Formats: sequence, C-alpha cells, structure tokens
Amino acid sequence: MTGSRHISVFADLTLEDRPHVGGKGGSLGELTRAGIDVPPGFVVRTESFEHFIQALEREAPFRARVESLDADDLDTITAVCRELRARVEAAELPADLKSEILAAHAALGTAGQAPIVAVRSSATTEDASDASFAGLQDTYLWVMDPEDMLHKIRSCWASLYSVESVSYRLRHAFPEKDVAMAVVVQVMVDARTAGVMFTRSPTTGDRSVITIEGAWGLGSSVVGGEVTPDRWVVAKITGEIPVRDISDKAIRHAPSPTGGIVDVEVDADQRREACLSDEELQALRAIGRKVERHYGRPQDIEWAIDRHTNRILLLQSRPETVWSNKEAVPAATKAEDPLTHVMSIFGGRK
Amino acid sequence: MTATGDKRGFPLPSSVKVVPGTERAQAAYPYHIQFGPDDDKRFWFYNSMHFPEPMCSFDMVTAEAAYCALGAANTRVQCLPTTLGVDHRIINGRVYIGGNAVTDPAEVERRTVEFQKRAFYYYANWEKLYEQWKQKMLQLIQDAQALPKPALPEFEPLEHVHAGRGIASNHDLLVTYQKTLEGYFRMWHHHFEFLLLGYGAYLTFFGFCKKAFPEITDQTIARMVAGIEAEIFRPDDELRRLARHAVELNVDHHFQEGVKADEILESLRKAGEPGHRWLEELEKARDPWFNINVGDGFYHYHRGWNDDLSMPFAALPEYARRARAGETLDRQMEKLQAERAELIADYRELLATDEERAAYDQMIGLAHRVFPYVEGHKFYCEHWYTNLFFNKIREFGALLAESGFFAKEDDVFHLTHYELEAAIIDLMNAWSTGAPPRGPQYWPPIVAERKAAIAEWSKHRTPEALGPIPDVIDDPAIVMLWGITRETLDNWLSAGDDKNSNEVRGFAASSGVVEGTARIVKSVEEIGRLQSGDILVCPVTNPTWAPIFQKIKAAVSDIGGSMSHAAIVAREYGLPAVVGTGNATAKIKDGQRIRVDGGRGVVTLL
Repeated sequence: MTGSRHISVFADLTLEDRPHVGGKGGSLGELTRAGIDVPPGFVVRTESFEHFIQALEREAPFRARVESLDADDLDTITAVCRELRARVEAAELPADLKSEILAAHAALGTAGQAPIVAVRSSATTEDASDASFAGLQDTYLWVMDPEDMLHKIRSCWASLYSVESVSYRLRHAFPEKDVAMAVVVQVMVDARTAGVMFTRSPTTGDRSVITIEGAWGLGSSVVGGEVTPDRWVVAKITGEIPVRDISDKAIRHAPSPTGGIVDVEVDADQRREACLSDEELQALRAIGRKVERHYGRPQDIEWAIDRHTNRILLLQSRPETVWSNKEAVPAATKAEDPLTHVMSIFGGRK
Repeated sequence: MTATGDKRGFPLPSSVKVVPGTERAQAAYPYHIQFGPDDDKRFWFYNSMHFPEPMCSFDMVTAEAAYCALGAANTRVQCLPTTLGVDHRIINGRVYIGGNAVTDPAEVERRTVEFQKRAFYYYANWEKLYEQWKQKMLQLIQDAQALPKPALPEFEPLEHVHAGRGIASNHDLLVTYQKTLEGYFRMWHHHFEFLLLGYGAYLTFFGFCKKAFPEITDQTIARMVAGIEAEIFRPDDELRRLARHAVELNVDHHFQEGVKADEILESLRKAGEPGHRWLEELEKARDPWFNINVGDGFYHYHRGWNDDLSMPFAALPEYARRARAGETLDRQMEKLQAERAELIADYRELLATDEERAAYDQMIGLAHRVFPYVEGHKFYCEHWYTNLFFNKIREFGALLAESGFFAKEDDVFHLTHYELEAAIIDLMNAWSTGAPPRGPQYWPPIVAERKAAIAEWSKHRTPEALGPIPDVIDDPAIVMLWGITRETLDNWLSAGDDKNSNEVRGFAASSGVVEGTARIVKSVEEIGRLQSGDILVCPVTNPTWAPIFQKIKAAVSDIGGSMSHAAIVAREYGLPAVVGTGNATAKIKDGQRIRVDGGRGVVTLL
C-alpha cells in the first residue's frame, strides 16, 4: 500500500520526507530502501495529526486555548493542559483516518494474525535541544490490539500538550499552528538479544571502532538504562575485538502476555554469559559499516536479534551528534619536509 | 625526570641487598656497574625484556657492549635532542637500567640542530646507508668466521718457523680472543647505527595513529608497518621449504613427532639418494638461515638452530604432514601485501580531512622506508653474529676445560670477559714456560660458587624498578626500546594490590580469544612436550619459535612487547597472544585450563 496523504510505509520514505514523517520515520524509510533488514511498519504522518486536530477544532476551540495562556501562570497552564490532553486521548479519530491506519496495521500482520507493534513518536525537528518541547521520547512497546494502537497514537500526540511542552512553546513564542508530530508504527521483534551500536567511540570519538552494547531480551532495558549491558569495542576495519566487558544482566525486558513489557529475571547461568557471539558481533559490524557508508557519517543504531529467526534487525539509526559537532583538532598536518614529523618523537614534550 | 609525592614507591637501590652467600659472585661484576650511593637519586628499572634471567659473568659483555654502542649513537653520533645514553647496573644478577634525559631547553635546542644535520641525513639516504650497512655486517661476519679455532700445538708448526713468522701460537690465542671481543663490540655499534632512528620513525606514525584513532590497537598499527619479507621470517620459510621438499622426495615419513633430530638425520642418511638429496637441501638452508638462536641472543645458552636442531626438527613433522595433505605452506606474500595495503587505505579513508591524510601518507611512507632495518637487523646482529661470538668463546672454553681450568666448556661463561683474558694469558704463559697453568687450582671453586649464585638468584624475584618515581617518562630511548611509560610504573606499583586475582595481564599482542590447556615451556629442550592445540606459556617467545606456532592455539610470555617478533609471528599465524606478562610461567600451572584474550592482553586462569 502506498501514497495516502495520511500514512506512508517505510519503503516509500527517505530522509527528504522528514518534515512530515519525523527523523525516526525518515530514517527507517532510508534504511529499508538501502536494503537493511528493518521490521516493517508505517508512519502516521503529520498530516494525520493536522487532520485530527482540525476535527477537534470543529467540536470546540483547541489551539486557541494554548495561545491564550500566560507563560507565567502555571496553574492555568496545568489545568488547560490536562483538559486538552484528555480531549486528545478520548477523541475518536476521523473515520477516514481511522480506517486507513487500521488497514495499514492489518497489512503488517501475517497469516491472518494481527501484528504486534511498537508505537513511537517521531520528531520533525533534528535539533536535540528542541526535543524537550514535546514529549518526543514516547515509545509504547508490544501493543497487541488495534484499538489500543490507535489509543497509543493519540497518546503520542497528547504528549505535545504536556505542561513542559506547552510552557516551552509559550516561552519561545512558538506558533501553535506549526506544532506537529508523526508517529511510527512498527512490527515488534521478539528479541533474544538487543541493544545499541555506535559506529564511533562514544568516549573518544574514534571513528575506527564500533561500540556495541547489548543485553538479553528487548532493547528497552538497554536504552532505558535498567540493565548494565555487555559492551564490546570492535575495530571497524579489522574486526578485532579489543574490549569485551561482560556484565551481570539480572533482568531482561520481555513481552507481557497482555501487552506491554515486563521485567523477567534472567536465569542464573545466563546472567554472566555474553549475549552476543563473535559471529553476531561481526555481522553487526558489517551492518554498522553499511549504514554508516549509506549516510556518510557515524551512526547511533538500535538493533535486535529475533528470538525465532536469529535475524539481526535494525530498529533505528540516527546520526551521531556529540562528536560530529565538536571542532576536530587534526592529529597532524602535512609538513613541508616530511622528516620534521619525527621531531614529535625526538623533540621532547611540547 | 623529577620525583613526585606518590606515597607508593619503589625500593631505593641501596636498600636492595645482595642475597647472602652470593657476595663474591656479585663482586665479580665490574666495579662501574655496581650500585653506588648516588644511584639512590635516580630511577632505574629492571631490564627484564632483554635480560629476564640472572646474568652469568661473561654474558654481561652483551650489556656492556650494547650500552656502550647505544649511548654513543644517542649522545655523540646522532645527538638525540632530549636523551643521552642508558646507564646500567647489576645486582643479584639482574640488570637495571636508567636513562639520561636532557632537560635544559638551551641544550635541547643545541642538540636539535646537530640531530637534524645527522639524523635527517640518515633518513634521506636510508636505502643507500642500509645497503652499505648490510655489506659491513656481512664483512664483519666473514671476519669472525675466519678467526681460527684456538689451539696450542705441542711444538710450533715447522712451516711457521721456516716462514720466519716470528710469533708463536700462544700469541694467536690473545689475538683471536681480542678480535672476537672487538668484533662483538663493533657489531653492537652497527646494531645501533639506525635503530633509534628506525623506531623513531615508526613511533611517529604510531603516535599519529593513536591520536587520530585513540582506540586503535597497537597490533593494528604494527600490521600496517610490518614488513613481509624481512630476513627474520626466512628461517621459518626455509623449514616450510624443507618440509615440502621432503614430501616431493617422498622421505617425509622420516619426520615423526617425538623422534630426536639425530635419529631423523641418521635414518635419512640410510634412505639412499632421496635422503641424501634432502640432507643437501638442509645444508643449503643451514647457511645462513639456521644461524638463528632460540632466545634473543643475550645468553650464551640461547643456542642457534645450527648448534641444536631440536627446534627446527620439532616443527618439521607438522609442516610435512600439512605439505603431504596438499596444503600450500608458502607465506602468500602477495596476499599479505595486498591485505596490508587495504588496511592502510581503509584507515586513511577514516581520517577527517585531506590535510590529515597527507600527513598520514608522509609518516607511513617514512615508517615503511625504515622498517626493513628495524626487522632485519636482528637476524644479522642478535642471531647470526651473536651465535658466532658465543661459539668462539665456547671454543676457548673447550681449550681451557681441556687444560683443567674447569670441568666443561660452558663453564667459561662464569668468568667475566676480563677474567677470561687473564685465564687465556695464564694458559699462554703456561704453554710458554712449560709449567702447569695456575687456573686449574684457581677457577673451579669460583665457577662452582658463581653457578650456585645464579641458581640462588633465579629463585628470588627482583623489584621491577628502583628509586624515586618519575612523574613522567619522556625519554624517547626508554619509551621506544622498552615500551616503559608512566602507566607501566603504575601497573608495577599496583601489582601487589591484586595478588589473589585469577588474571595475568600483559601486552595485547595479537587479538582473539581462546581457551585451552596451558603448557609451560621454559626452554627449547621442552618444546617436544607441546601437543597440538596447547597454549604455549613461556618465559620469552622469539621469532625462532615461529615454527611451533603452527601447532599451538595461543601464546603467552613473561617478556616481550607488542612489537616483539613473537607478537609479529603470532599475528602472522592469526593466534591470540599476550606478551610481557612478567610472571605467567610462575602463576600458571602446567596443564591448567586458561583463557587467552589477546586483544585485551589478559590471561584468565579457569
């Protein structure tokens, strides 16, 4: 399925679509098109959000309520936000939008089974400092029921009307009509092991290494910092693994039978066992290099290994920003006389 | 180097006592290398890399000759701006060394001007000077080979008399001895002619890589620079060739595990034409490629392959089996070269700017030019020439033993080289007077005492370092040749903190992780105990051990750095290796299961 104004499947998206599908959505599209194994999914575009808000506006003024607020009147902001969030969460989606989303969702299922999905907000701004202005980190995992999925989409939208977001917008006089959010709906991977990978060193910025962190179960335990993950440093070019820190992984995140994620105690004999084999580390290295080459810059990647198929899937890839934004001091520059380089050794401390 | 207020510290030299009962053996070492009161003010470290075992009196000639030559090169010839020579001392048979940094900025400046006139000339004319160097070394080797075997005839040969030679054979002993000694001192000057410059160019590139890629491993940088056709690989190459030849001649069944070299040779002699042809090939390979010794050449008992065929023959059965199975045993030079080129290109691509890439090209270009010397010199110096030297001294030992100075020829190594000259003159004198020499009464108890002292000293651990802790080590000679940094000192200082740890740490020499059975091999005689799939744990690995790397799973050594040849060979064989652990052979038990993590430099006792 393609081409609705409201919805786009990953395969139809590129980074160019970010204004309407957010960074996460655009990146998943880009990865899918680059031939990287990504769990299938679709993006509920900002147009959907706009369509939904317009429907709310027809019932009763909505954006005007925010615009009329005084940035210093926290009590009123709190009360209005509560009211607006309740409206977003409770409102039915416009019928056309609802049926489109449900159809896209059903298409993700296999053998007549409803798919189990993750629902995540996808920010339309690249600037991390703006992240605080909306509840851009919202992620709902292991969503089993289509109605529940619709609700989670509205929950993502509702986070735009948190007290923090609204206060931020008021202080910065951000126009309400420009407020928008895309939401990613993606098939969940029942992960045996999952984690993150940086295609440069997060500690030294070294571009010649890939740092991989992983733990048993779903990657949310690693991203959320609830487990000290196993950590490896893999040389990007040679595949050497100079650092292997295997930690005690007491819990793992597992799907709950009723939806959502629960903590499960890890079996005693597995806790200190490496959650990735060397072959898997090398496969991740290859994927990391491929993605980095595709984007032309170091990446911060979330990955998971499917418990049933042992396939490595990427859940997300975003550009590494911390080191990339630093002013790099060159290790050395070309010398008029190449021999003078040796003075760095023989010339003593400078 | 200035002292810091670090509460931890190394013992002062004056606090290290000579082991009771060994005082006279200690006093036999020359006066100028005994610790004195002023030495407490300086930092010293135990040179366990080159001298891991207590030094026999004679073997100290290596330290004396090497430090004379190293210092001359640094201080007077190349004029390194920030460092002079290396001092050495000995206590309880252990060699301690300390650098002499130049710290006065005006002096550094003055030396820099000189250095650039000298060192830069060497860099600019490297190939020409290195070729000239090889010719000098080959001439020196030829001269040493031409020295006669020391002997005293009963009567001067008639032809000497008739020729009016005018000097008698006892004088020849002195000439041969002094030429032998002189040649060894000369060889060490040649050894250091390029060495610091070579290492310096390598470390320049190394430092750049560490800055540009802070987490790059030492071994990856080494792989980018390491030569592929250096002389030091030739002995192993020759063995592979011989194994292939044995298969071609259909005599490979003579090479069986556990059969002694002598027996194999004997069975080949009886194997008719093919056996003879193989033996001819062996002779071709032996000269010069079996002039490689089983240690680093710093001890008289590190014998060469030519003197003891057990090392090369221990490797032949496995090579022959593989050749018979149709494996190509050749080192695939083109493939190795292509891999190296790819590695260099891939890292180059990761650099941020073209400006950095240009600097990278300049530095690796220079490193590649100098490296043939860095790798190649060892074969000529530490192996070929040193073998000739010790064997010539051994001939004097045989002559003296024959005259009753001591029981066995190798006992000669318990005399210092000064004492040996005295003993030779004693013998010369006795030959001339017709009276018995004094040596047979004088030397046996001294030799016995010194043997006992060596045995006693080897039971005692010696401090890694002595004296005040320097806040920083920036002496390029120390950093380059011994890999000692301030971090090394911290490791030494904290080594006592984790006595119960089940880990042994060393340099990450070649990455990979394996588990297996540890086989402690303390000398070449024990090589035969290694079974396929064992993990070799040894005091010092050496390129000459290369052939046995084909049957082991990993290697661990007490001594060695990540640029040591052991590390290079391990990488070549793709085996995990941890070197320079200090005490692996003491801490690991024979037969114990261990895990070797060559990428992190950690051995775990399981």
